[in-house]
Amino acid sequence: MNTPGLLGRRLKSGRWRGPAGFLAVALLVLAVAPATLSPFRLELLAKYLCFAIAALGIGLAWGKGGMLTLGQGVFFGLGGYAMAMHLKLAEAGPGELPDFMVWSGVEELPLLWEPFRQPWFAVLMVVVLPGTVAALLGLLVFGRRVRGAYFAILTQALAAAFVIWLVGEQGLTGGTNGLTNFSSFFGLDLASDADRRVLYFAVAAVLGLMYLGFRHLVASRYGRLLVAVRDGEDRVRFLGYDPAVVKTVAFTLSAISAGIAGALFVPVVGIISPALLGVVPSLELVFAVAVGGRYVLAGAVLGAVLLNYAKTTFSENFADGWLYLQGALFIAVMAYAPKGVVGLVGQIRDFAATRRLGRQPAGDSSRPTRGPGDDEPARPAEAVDVEKEAVA
Amino acid sequence: MNAFANQLPIGLSIGAVLLLIALGLTFTFGQMGVINMAHGEFIMAGAYTAYMLQDWAGRQAVLVALPVAFVVAGLMGLVLERALIRRFYGRPLDTLLLTWGVSLVLQQAARDMFGAPNVQVRAPSWLVGGAEWFGVRIPHARMFIFVLAMVCVAGIWFYLARTKQGRRMQAVMQNRDLAACSGIATSRVDQRTFFIGSGLAGIAGVALTLIGPVGPALGTYYIVDAFLVVVAGGLGRLQGAVIAAFVLGLVNSYAEFWSDASLAKVVVFAVIIGFLQLRPQGLFVLRSRKLT
Repeated sequence: MNTPGLLGRRLKSGRWRGPAGFLAVALLVLAVAPATLSPFRLELLAKYLCFAIAALGIGLAWGKGGMLTLGQGVFFGLGGYAMAMHLKLAEAGPGELPDFMVWSGVEELPLLWEPFRQPWFAVLMVVVLPGTVAALLGLLVFGRRVRGAYFAILTQALAAAFVIWLVGEQGLTGGTNGLTNFSSFFGLDLASDADRRVLYFAVAAVLGLMYLGFRHLVASRYGRLLVAVRDGEDRVRFLGYDPAVVKTVAFTLSAISAGIAGALFVPVVGIISPALLGVVPSLELVFAVAVGGRYVLAGAVLGAVLLNYAKTTFSENFADGWLYLQGALFIAVMAYAPKGVVGLVGQIRDFAATRRLGRQPAGDSSRPTRGPGDDEPARPAEAVDVEKEAVA
Repeated sequence: MNAFANQLPIGLSIGAVLLLIALGLTFTFGQMGVINMAHGEFIMAGAYTAYMLQDWAGRQAVLVALPVAFVVAGLMGLVLERALIRRFYGRPLDTLLLTWGVSLVLQQAARDMFGAPNVQVRAPSWLVGGAEWFGVRIPHARMFIFVLAMVCVAGIWFYLARTKQGRRMQAVMQNRDLAACSGIATSRVDQRTFFIGSGLAGIAGVALTLIGPVGPALGTYYIVDAFLVVVAGGLGRLQGAVIAAFVLGLVNSYAEFWSDASLAKVVVFAVIIGFLQLRPQGLFVLRSRKLT
C-alpha cells in the first residue's frame, strides 16, 4: 500500500507539475481569456505578453546567466523599429515616403530605409539587428572580463545613448513621436477586432514557443554551463570553457527575444517611440522579472504580466501613487523576497519548517530542504542572509 | 576657431559636475560594492536645498547652500545606508535595483513637494556674466563650478591621505577583512564614506543650479554619465575619477560640437567600450590579489 505506482511517484517527485502548469496556463491564455475578456482588455493582455517575451530574455541572461542587462529596451526598440519601418513603407506604397518624413521635410527616402520595403528583410532584421548588436557588445565586454556591475552600467548607458540618438534623428526615426499609425500587419486589418484577436493568438503562440525553447536550452548542457558561469565564472574558466562565449550566447538570445517582442509590440499597441525604450522602461522590465522570480523562467513571464497589469490598473485610478507603490514594492521584493513571487512559496515553506523544528539554524543538514538546483544560485550567501533577516 | 574654443569651458564645467557626482559613487562602489542609483536624487536634493534657501538668503543662496546641501544630502545617504543598503553588502546588482526603487520614491516625493515644473535658482550677481580670455568667453558660473570641483578634490585628497579617518577608509577599500582584523570599525567607516559621498552629490546639485533649471528628474540626466566615469576611471581611485570625468566632459561637449547632439552620447559610449578593450578595469587599478 505504501508503494506508489508510476503515477504516484511522478506526482510525488513533482515532475508532472511543469507540463501540467504549462498546459493550464496555455488553456487560460488561449481559451479562457479570449472568451471572457473584452477586445480592449484582450489587447492589453497582448501587450503584457509582448513584455513577457522580452522579460523571458532577461530571465535567461540575468536569472540563469547572472548578467544584469539594463538595456533590454534597446533591443526591444531595434526589433520594434525594424518592424515599424516596414509597416510604414508598406502603408505609403511603392516609391512614396512615410507620412512623418513628409512632415519633417525629408524629400528622399533615406538609404537605411530602402531595404525595409521587403517584408522578408524586415522580419530578418527583427532578429539580426538586436542579435548583432548584443553579440558584438557581448564579445567586446565579456571578452575583456568586464562583468557584474560594470556590465549593467554599460548596458544602461547604451539605453540612454540609443534613446537620445532616436530623438535626435527626427527625419530618420520620427523623433520623440516615434512611428505610429499602422493600419495593417501582413494582411491583418489592425482596425478589426477579429483580426486583432488573431494577432493576440500569434503573440501568445510566440511567447509559448519561446518559453519552451528557452526551457529546453536551460535544461541542456549549455544551460548547465550558463548557470555554472553565473555561480563561479573563474571555476568554469579553469575547467577549460570560455565564459565569454557562454555569456555572449545567452546575452544575444536575450536581445533577440526582446527584438521579437518589440516587433510584435508594434502592431499590437500601434506605436513605437523612444519613451518606451529608455533607461526607465528597461529597468521596469528587470523589475518585473525580479518581482516574478528571476531564477525561474516562468517567473519572468508571470512578473511581466502581473506588473504591467498592476501598472495599468493603478495608473488608471491614481497615477501619482503608482510610482510610490512601485518603488516600495521594489524595495520590499529586493529586501525580503529576492526570489520573487515564484520563490515565495518555497520561502514560506522553509519558514514554516524552521519554526516547526524549533528554529534550527538555516542551512542545517537535517532540515528538509531541496538541494541547490538550477533554480537558485549554488552559492546562496546572497539569498541566505536575507532569509535569516526575514526569519529573525 | 572661436566656437571650437568656446566648447572648452563648457566641457570642463560638465566634467567638473560629473567629477563631483562620480567621487561619491566611486568610493561607495569601490569600498562597499554598492551601486547607488539614488545618488542622482541626492543631486536633486542638493539643488532643491539651494532653491529653498532662496527665501532666506536671497541671491547668495548658492553660496549658503553649499554646506547645507552637503549635510542634507549626506544625511539622506546615511539614512539610506543604515536603513537599507547595509543589508545588501556583497550583492552589487541587487543594490542597483534596490536603490532604483528608492530613487523612484524620492523623485515622486520631490514632485509632490515642489511640483513637477522646473524651478529656477537665481545666481548671485557676481556669478552673472563672464570674462574673455584670449578670445574665449568663460562664463563666471562655469569657472566657479570648475574651481568648486577642484576645491572638493583637494579636500578629498587631503582627507584620504592626511587624516586618520581617510587612511582607514583606504584600508577598508583595499581589503575589508584585513582592515577589520586590524581593529578598524568597518561599518562606521562605511557610514562615513556614504555620508561624504552623498554630500558631494548635494554640492554637485547646488552647482547644477548655476547652469540650468531644477526639476525632480535632475539627477537622472547625470547619473548614467557619472557611472561611466566610475567605470572608466577605475574603482575608488581619485586620479582615475578626475581624469575620466574631464575627458568624458570634453568628449561630450566636443562630440556635440562636431557631430550633432544626438550622436554625442553614442560616440561617448563607443569611446568607453573601446577604452575598456585596452584597460578593462579602468584607468587606475587598485592592486589586489583578487581574480579579475
